[in-house]
Amino acid sequence: MRGRATGARVRARLWGSLGTLVLVVLAALIVPPLFGSGSTVHYEAIRLPPGWAHPFGTDSSGRDLFVRSLAGLRISLLVAAISAVVSTVLGSAVGVAAGALGGWSDRLLMRAVDAVNAVPHLLLGIVIVSLYRGSVVAVMLSIALTHWATVARIVRSEVLSLRERPYIDAAISGGASRLRVLYRHFLPAVVPQAALSAVLLIPHAVWHETALSFLGLGLPPHMASIGNILGDGRSAVLLGAWWLILFPSLLLVATTLAVSGIAATWRDRVVPRRRSELSL
Amino acid sequence: MLSGTGLVAGYRKGVAVLDGIDVEVPAGRVTGLAGPSGCGKSTVARVLGLLQRPWEGRVSVDGDVVDGFRHSAPRAQRTAIGMVFQQPRPAVDPRFTLHEVVAEPLRATGRSEPIEALTEQVGLTAELLRRRPHEVSDGQLQRACLGRALALRPRYLICDEMTAMLDASTTAALVRVVDRQVEEHGTGVLAISHDEALLERWAGRVLRI
Repeated sequence: MRGRATGARVRARLWGSLGTLVLVVLAALIVPPLFGSGSTVHYEAIRLPPGWAHPFGTDSSGRDLFVRSLAGLRISLLVAAISAVVSTVLGSAVGVAAGALGGWSDRLLMRAVDAVNAVPHLLLGIVIVSLYRGSVVAVMLSIALTHWATVARIVRSEVLSLRERPYIDAAISGGASRLRVLYRHFLPAVVPQAALSAVLLIPHAVWHETALSFLGLGLPPHMASIGNILGDGRSAVLLGAWWLILFPSLLLVATTLAVSGIAATWRDRVVPRRRSELSL
Repeated sequence: MLSGTGLVAGYRKGVAVLDGIDVEVPAGRVTGLAGPSGCGKSTVARVLGLLQRPWEGRVSVDGDVVDGFRHSAPRAQRTAIGMVFQQPRPAVDPRFTLHEVVAEPLRATGRSEPIEALTEQVGLTAELLRRRPHEVSDGQLQRACLGRALALRPRYLICDEMTAMLDASTTAALVRVVDRQVEEHGTGVLAISHDEALLERWAGRVLRI
């Protein structure tokens, strides 16, 4: 029980997170279509500080940073969500297979997990995206292919504990094949854990995508994400345009904290005893 | 005849729970297996139910020597032996409704026949069948487990302390269901219990380990 937020604090965290997320997602959905995607260049309005006309100021090409950040966030979240889901599906498949089959297939699959985990994720991600520069699919793959291993571990340990349950004995006695035990008993049992892992992975994936784009290895410039915006704004800070870094960063932090907050509340409710394992 | 000869089995290396015992379960009657807690009664059940490979000895079903256990046993051999466990709660998937619990062996073997006759036999109402395990009592759940064990009309039935968690009237009801199965289908039953009084009344012959 130690360290777990309780009662009023849980509610405050949940409602604070939900409120922030709804606000940010609504803004990201509504604002860019209404005001153009923030990609129109205005050379007469370069690096304007925040004001009524431009709440977040403008960037080095005179683009409105408010609209541009929200459009960027939209792309960041989309890429992160797809990566998280792909990664979770892959990890769950490997975890269920390893746990259910056991023996040498288990050993082989878990060594693959160790191999992926042995290399720093960002480094492995960089290798993957540099093979396919500027491809959105490559960015998603580079995140998905480096993060399935954790999910596979969690799911496998869950299946290992299920395997010893008497109801699996009963299923075998009732003529169920290995495959049937897998999809009737193991898969449904790990779905809540896997769904939770996916949500917990989203903020992490946002940061990964941001890091790749900031390094110039991520999304192509016409699909600017928060990472691209931060990368572009980096040099302008030296010219005194602090808002180019501050506002997109705040937006990123607020969004990822909100998703984490919701996931944390969900985790405490669904799987209280697995708290530490799921801190991705 | 379901039989085990010279069974040696255990869980931890070097610690044998069964030390070379012989068990015979003839068709058409109830054979009792008595013994104190921890003597290996449930291990006998698991080995004869083809759920655990013995370290030594052999198991045969109607004269055919078994050489694979669990999933490695041919489906026809596995399903020839029905199993009812002591504790009904861990023996059912918590996500299943009672209907799914009873129907699962039929569906797993590719049959779509209804289960109403079966559930009526073990005394489960249609309303109970819609519930999930946490919404029913141990007795009701054990009825579903017995229904599941009988779903494939097994030639042998192993009841491992089937009635240990149940009250007297449910015990009597389930014993009657098993007895009818013996009379009508010639099922061979292995009734395992630490309650010798129950076995004296129920079984024609009682083995002790």
